[in-house]
Amino acid sequence: MAGQATKQIDSATLWGGKVSPFSASYGKLMMWFFLVSDALTFGGLLVAYGYSRYSTQESWPIGEETFEALPFLGNGFPLAYVALMTFILIVSSVTMVLAVEAGHRMDKKGVIKWMFATIIGGFIFLGSQAWEWSHFIHGTHFGRVTLNDGSVAIVKGDFGHFENFTITSVGDHGHHQVGDVITEDLEHTWQHAAQEGHVTKNSDGLFVSLHDGSTAKVNFAEGEGIENIELIIKQPGSVFTEKSAADNPESRITGEEAENLYFEALATGDKVVYGANMETNEYGPKQYGQFFFFITGFHGFHVFSGVIINIIIFIGVLKGIYHRRGHYEMVEKTGLYWHFVDLVWVFVFTFFYLI
Amino acid sequence: MERDDIIEYSLDAHHSEEDGVKKRKTIWKVTGILTLVTVLEVALGIFIKQGESASWTFVKWSFIILTLFKAAFIVLSFMHLGDERKTLKWVILAPYAIFIIYLIFIAFNEGSAVGTAM
Repeated sequence: MAGQATKQIDSATLWGGKVSPFSASYGKLMMWFFLVSDALTFGGLLVAYGYSRYSTQESWPIGEETFEALPFLGNGFPLAYVALMTFILIVSSVTMVLAVEAGHRMDKKGVIKWMFATIIGGFIFLGSQAWEWSHFIHGTHFGRVTLNDGSVAIVKGDFGHFENFTITSVGDHGHHQVGDVITEDLEHTWQHAAQEGHVTKNSDGLFVSLHDGSTAKVNFAEGEGIENIELIIKQPGSVFTEKSAADNPESRITGEEAENLYFEALATGDKVVYGANMETNEYGPKQYGQFFFFITGFHGFHVFSGVIINIIIFIGVLKGIYHRRGHYEMVEKTGLYWHFVDLVWVFVFTFFYLI
Repeated sequence: MERDDIIEYSLDAHHSEEDGVKKRKTIWKVTGILTLVTVLEVALGIFIKQGESASWTFVKWSFIILTLFKAAFIVLSFMHLGDERKTLKWVILAPYAIFIIYLIFIAFNEGSAVGTAM
């Protein structure tokens, strides 16, 4: 039976790469295969997130409690911003599919119009995500506090805006004078003092101790102040117990009791956490912050590269490369990637923000 | 060397102006559905709070079903997988049916066990 391999077989018998078993072009198939592997990566990430959430003992943050801020409007809008981001991505997916449809009719002007809209949508989404990250990292005005019984609570309420700090007494190494008015870097000074336990509340108002040992009175804008404090216990202590049902209004500590507990914590030191980093965050277990950065960051990186690829293809469309080629399949392929980015966000939205 | 025996599958996707009108109509319909589902999800998320209650369990499963519903529209309509051959559909969708469901099962079971043990 020797020599079989060298025997000549005519091309009618051999498959010469002529017919694709899927009736799809090579490039489109490879884009699909890449998307399959990329989707498995995201699937793995989201499952890992679920694993951490199942295995942790600490109570996991609740989406509508964590994400409730809007740019310029402040707090009190649960999930509104992520819903807006989802809508932006859906719309940019629609403009992309319209570009693909225009390409199927060899309508160059249509492709240009809709691809341009897609790129703009991509930039708006990236900008939104940048704001969301910034807000997540800087955190709320209140932070998360450890109460004196050892329980941990997140804080809701009205913080107001600082007007200025006025020096009321000067410390040993003070470079301030009594009566000096500080107007810069107030938020940072306040948070630093709160973490050090240098915030005091008495009948005259709120006072912070500064680095140089001097004391300053905290002045809020007209008619504002720290009001309506509500504490939501996230980890039980010796007195307060955790209530997982957020819909039960009795699970929140409110009124004067909440206010006293909060300022007691700020006067103790090492009891308050602001914002998020890779080590700790004010929203919940540290894995929560790490997964937030990794999953939304990895998705954001995909959006970013999607915008770049869209721009490259857009230039090709403008130059008429695909029109001369006789088909706009390149637009279809970059469209597949762009829709995939939208698809991933649909899952991230549900499993990170809603559930 | 130019080959004239290669089939240009890329050209199969071309369609006429009249077909284009119909296809755009479908696209806008799908857009409406995706937007409505997202609005519904956010409304559920805001009005029914997380907790141990039976209504939350119902909402949680609604979220998962609505997400799969949205994903199906994106993949089948926007990504045109619905127009591809049956074999290609299975090559792309089968890995999830097998691996991700298995991974979810194993990871969540293990996660609960680790959580209890610690």
